Amino acid sequence: MSGFFTLFQKEVLRFWKVGFQTVAAPVLTALLYLLIFSHVLQAHVKVYENVSYAAFLIPGLVMMAVLQNAFSNSSSSLIQSKVTGNIIFVLLPPISYRQFFLAYVLAAVVRGVVVGLGVLLMTLWFVELPYREPLWIVLFALLGGAIMGALGVIAGIWADKFDQLAAFQNFIIVPLTFLSGVFYSIYSLPPFWQRVSHFNPIFYMIDGFRYGFFGVSDVAPLLSLSIIGTCFIVLSVFTLWLLNVGYKLRA
Amino acid sequence: MTSAIRIEGVTKRYGQVQALAGVDIVIAPGEFFGLLGPNGAGKTTLISALAGLTRADSGRLAVMGYDVVSDYRAARRLLGVVPQELVFDPFFTVRETLRIQSGYYGIRDNGEWIDEILEALDLTAKSNTNMRQLSGGMKRRVLVAQALVHRPPVIVLDEPTAGVDVELRQGLWSFIRRLNRDGHTIVLTTHYLEEAETLCGRIAMLKAGRIVALDTTANLLRRFSAQMLRVRLANGAQLPATLQARLGPTVPSSEVTGELNFTLESCDEVGTILQTLREAGCHIDDIEIVKPDLEDVFVRVMHPV
Repeated sequence: MSGFFTLFQKEVLRFWKVGFQTVAAPVLTALLYLLIFSHVLQAHVKVYENVSYAAFLIPGLVMMAVLQNAFSNSSSSLIQSKVTGNIIFVLLPPISYRQFFLAYVLAAVVRGVVVGLGVLLMTLWFVELPYREPLWIVLFALLGGAIMGALGVIAGIWADKFDQLAAFQNFIIVPLTFLSGVFYSIYSLPPFWQRVSHFNPIFYMIDGFRYGFFGVSDVAPLLSLSIIGTCFIVLSVFTLWLLNVGYKLRA
Repeated sequence: MTSAIRIEGVTKRYGQVQALAGVDIVIAPGEFFGLLGPNGAGKTTLISALAGLTRADSGRLAVMGYDVVSDYRAARRLLGVVPQELVFDPFFTVRETLRIQSGYYGIRDNGEWIDEILEALDLTAKSNTNMRQLSGGMKRRVLVAQALVHRPPVIVLDEPTAGVDVELRQGLWSFIRRLNRDGHTIVLTTHYLEEAETLCGRIAMLKAGRIVALDTTANLLRRFSAQMLRVRLANGAQLPATLQARLGPTVPSSEVTGELNFTLESCDEVGTILQTLREAGCHIDDIEIVKPDLEDVFVRVMHPV
């Protein structure tokens, strides 16, 4: 059993042991969003032909759950370990910075996907979704989770206290997620905000993921894939560099 | 023969603070080595550099011949570190903690050795207890167990007995002594100088990031300390001026009890000192001949006259 696999397993166990907080609670939150927004807007908003607003909303909520929980997993694990000092247990063994990165990011993806599947399962009762391009669904979910997992590693390493991490989450991640087209199509926005939305990488994650369900999207899925693929590579390289130089971990 | 630990010219600066200012130490396999110094002397920084928790600005550190930077995987596999801070992962039980730690070193079926460590550290009954529910002393012992899961030949203990009661301390030392007898190299930092004196064959003293003394414990005791005549005078008695110059270094315990320590070059001097005190009309409440101990050495090395 390699150090990488143990670290990955430990990170998965860590969130699984507090499943009410890390899985059940975000599933319930997403469900509440669905109930409230679909109830209020079902009769007023129609984004795609032959797609109800509730159906449109579900992939967005699932992807939002994947992204936010992937970020939460790596970032909260790292900040907790740093603040309590038990990060030393991971830093003392012969675990390479690449293994460290991979273990945290993969565990983040697992949590994101578990929560996302939970949301999807709970919404089966409400709407039937077409699942037109399942491979795209899987690809965007994994890549989106990995991007947010890597971002969580960066935030977890950078933050010295919970307050800083909360700021990162509440002032960057949450606004980017909420303004990415989870609840609406960007074409319903004024032209200026449409242009602004194109600078939000999370928009491409949501849009590409939604394409997998309905076969239609705001931008071409290949463009979304290439943009978020580039984002992942850039973030990964940056995170690996931080880990390699030991930024804030091996001072 | 390959050194268990080789530290050459290691420096480390944190902002304006020179934590390590060129430290050189070579520790042979099987040694029980003490690293002493006041708070802020650089002991933990040196251990952190050895363990790869911090990066030295210059110099070289190696464990069993493996450089801690270029051969970090081999070096870390051969090193077990018991950290000073009482840290633990609140998500796991004692056994899970040890299993996970084994896995970090690539060890899969480590159950037998984990059982043995738990037994030796008197933790068997707590093996399925969550770490949060353990007392401070037990958490400290789990830290020791974690440092041993991969059977490292070199073990560094950074103040392992801080906050541990006497009984547990005895048990811990008996276990560490056994490891040392089995061939493990032990490096110990502690503020309990009597522990270092009893356990360590060689001692380095650090002050402001520099080694100020490095020798066998016996040599340090010979070089820096001597027998002393310890006298407590009756209340109000004034020490004759001729004896003021003969006073040895003040140790903390003397300050509390008001005892006077006279350094002795030989036992013959006892008669002369007592004679002088009698002639000055001093009444003696208590008298004792004190053998040199590491506390005296420490005081002399850290505060040279």
